[in-house]
Amino acid sequence: MEIYLDNNATTKVDKKVLDKMIPYLEELYANPSSMYNPARKTAKAIEQARNQVGELLGVSDSSSIIFTSCATESANTAIKGIVSHYGTRENNHIITTQVEHPCVLSVYEDLERKGYSASYIGVNECGDLNIESLLNKVNEKTILVSVMHANNETGTIYPVKEIAAEVKKINKNVKFFVDGVQAAGKIPIELDNSDIDFYSISGHKFHAPKGIGALYVKKGTLFDPFILGGHQENSLRAGTQNTAFIVGLGEAAKLAKNALEFENKEVRRLRDKLESGLLEKIKNAKLNSKSSSRVPNTTNIGFEYIEGELILLYLNDLGIYASSGSACTSGSLDPSHVLRAQKVPFTSLHGSIRFSLSKFTKEDEIDYALIEIPKVIEKLARISPFQKELKELGM
Amino acid sequence: MWEYSDKVKEHFKNPKNVGEIENADCIGEAGALSCGDKLKLYLKIENNVIKDAKFQTFGCGSAVAASSVLTEMLIGKTVEEAKKITNKQIADELDGLPPEKMHCSVMGREALEDALKNYLGEDWGELEDDKETESPIICHCFQVSEKDIIDAIENKNAKTLDDITKLTSAALACGRCKENIEKILKKYTKKDPAALSPVQKIIKINNVVETVINPELNKDFGGIELVDVQNNNVIVKLTGHCSTCNNAKLTLKNFVETKLKELVDDQLIVSEE
Repeated sequence: MEIYLDNNATTKVDKKVLDKMIPYLEELYANPSSMYNPARKTAKAIEQARNQVGELLGVSDSSSIIFTSCATESANTAIKGIVSHYGTRENNHIITTQVEHPCVLSVYEDLERKGYSASYIGVNECGDLNIESLLNKVNEKTILVSVMHANNETGTIYPVKEIAAEVKKINKNVKFFVDGVQAAGKIPIELDNSDIDFYSISGHKFHAPKGIGALYVKKGTLFDPFILGGHQENSLRAGTQNTAFIVGLGEAAKLAKNALEFENKEVRRLRDKLESGLLEKIKNAKLNSKSSSRVPNTTNIGFEYIEGELILLYLNDLGIYASSGSACTSGSLDPSHVLRAQKVPFTSLHGSIRFSLSKFTKEDEIDYALIEIPKVIEKLARISPFQKELKELGM
Repeated sequence: MWEYSDKVKEHFKNPKNVGEIENADCIGEAGALSCGDKLKLYLKIENNVIKDAKFQTFGCGSAVAASSVLTEMLIGKTVEEAKKITNKQIADELDGLPPEKMHCSVMGREALEDALKNYLGEDWGELEDDKETESPIICHCFQVSEKDIIDAIENKNAKTLDDITKLTSAALACGRCKENIEKILKKYTKKDPAALSPVQKIIKINNVVETVINPELNKDFGGIELVDVQNNNVIVKLTGHCSTCNNAKLTLKNFVETKLKELVDDQLIVSEE
């Protein structure tokens, strides 16, 4: 049995998505910028995909959607494009959160080295953003605020629409960027009539293939393009469009939009079953995803006095695939910056595991996980040097 | 995913000698919960021979494997033989560890040393290896000596901790040696500017402004003029397009100051008149 519980890392490509893509890898190969009939066909397919992505994001004018190669490119485009266009000697202040994805944090750190001044806003112990302290940081020098819509490690949802509105009340010139990678396909998104200026998504998080993403840019918002070249994507992102993958992204967006209710009911039910089952059966299990506002597919649980990589290696042998933002797995030996920001204690910080489901997760898979995971934890607890502490927990 | 050898996999899947020895003759510890790994090693010693060894480990797969293989290596050895086991031997016994995981073998060595020091007390004495090495080991995970680091600084132009890691692998794993490497960096990084007299310094700065910086800025129809140098503060005046450019402050910091730091003195600070 193979149980894939790492859908926040990537998802399986939906067969329906693949089927839509194949013709554009075979006979429909014309460059969409060309002048002949076959090119008109491919150009039309791209525009249809643009509409489909627009619908997923609650955007009525789909010309505000730009296709990119991935969400990291989208985030780099937005952040660098904004500071390059709006940054001046005086106005050089940028704000983000401590729990962003590296595709935002690394860019901010780079900008700091280049002379920009950055503020990083923290979260409370439940993982909720300290909105007041964010708003306190906004001043006349601020040019950019970036807040992710949902956190990849804990699933916590941040109220980006409300934050954007409040930020603009303080300084209407601030540009507001949202990394929406973990929200798209999981919760409803409505960018029309919002104060959000830029919003990034990634196809492979909702059953499109890897290597395709998009960036929403609010109508009438200027920025300096990241990739220069031809006039594609309204001259905002040069490079021949990746037609097949754009078509795939469009189809995946359509399917995701239609599956939102299923996600909210069925995926949530299975996630809750897994979460409450593990917390109930395993005495040293502590919930890290404590926010009341959370995407339906994600849970993050810390197992005290056991190290995360070891848990993952044992689960791997059982065909259960999950991930840990903690030590070892990601090639970095530091524990998760998200859980540290949330002040998760050392006892469970290094043993924190993220389980993320999708519409393809089956009930019997969750049942199997609920039988096997407690056995693994029990076995690993016996190797730990913290026997006294584990005994006190009842293990 | 790390590429673990079959032997590492076997040892973390079926670790040998897990648990406590109730009346152990000595116990050794290494690591801490906050660091993400901790090892407790129990030894039973009779007539100077290790009769039994057990362990408890909080850590990743390779930490458990290193602990497990260490207990196997120890059983049957004399105390003197055990003293000589190095972290490299532990890693070799596992058919190697991924570079980033070498600290797991170091943790095994540290716990062993701690246990034997507890057992021998003052009789621990000096390790032969310590005496033989001509240059002290700074990074134990990768056996990088002070000499290797100085070589990287003096002969390979390493300027930062990152450079040292790229060249020698030092600090690639646990990072406990970072502080010591920084100290060595500080001590051995060349500082010829210190030898410059104030006048020589001004001449050198002016030279760099005229021959390196202004030719670049002129391309954008800008430029700078040197106004004054007070200690390490270089005061300049913006000319041409630079005087009206919004990004000039960034240019001063990123380009002008970086160039002057690189070519004259890394202590220089550039500001506008």
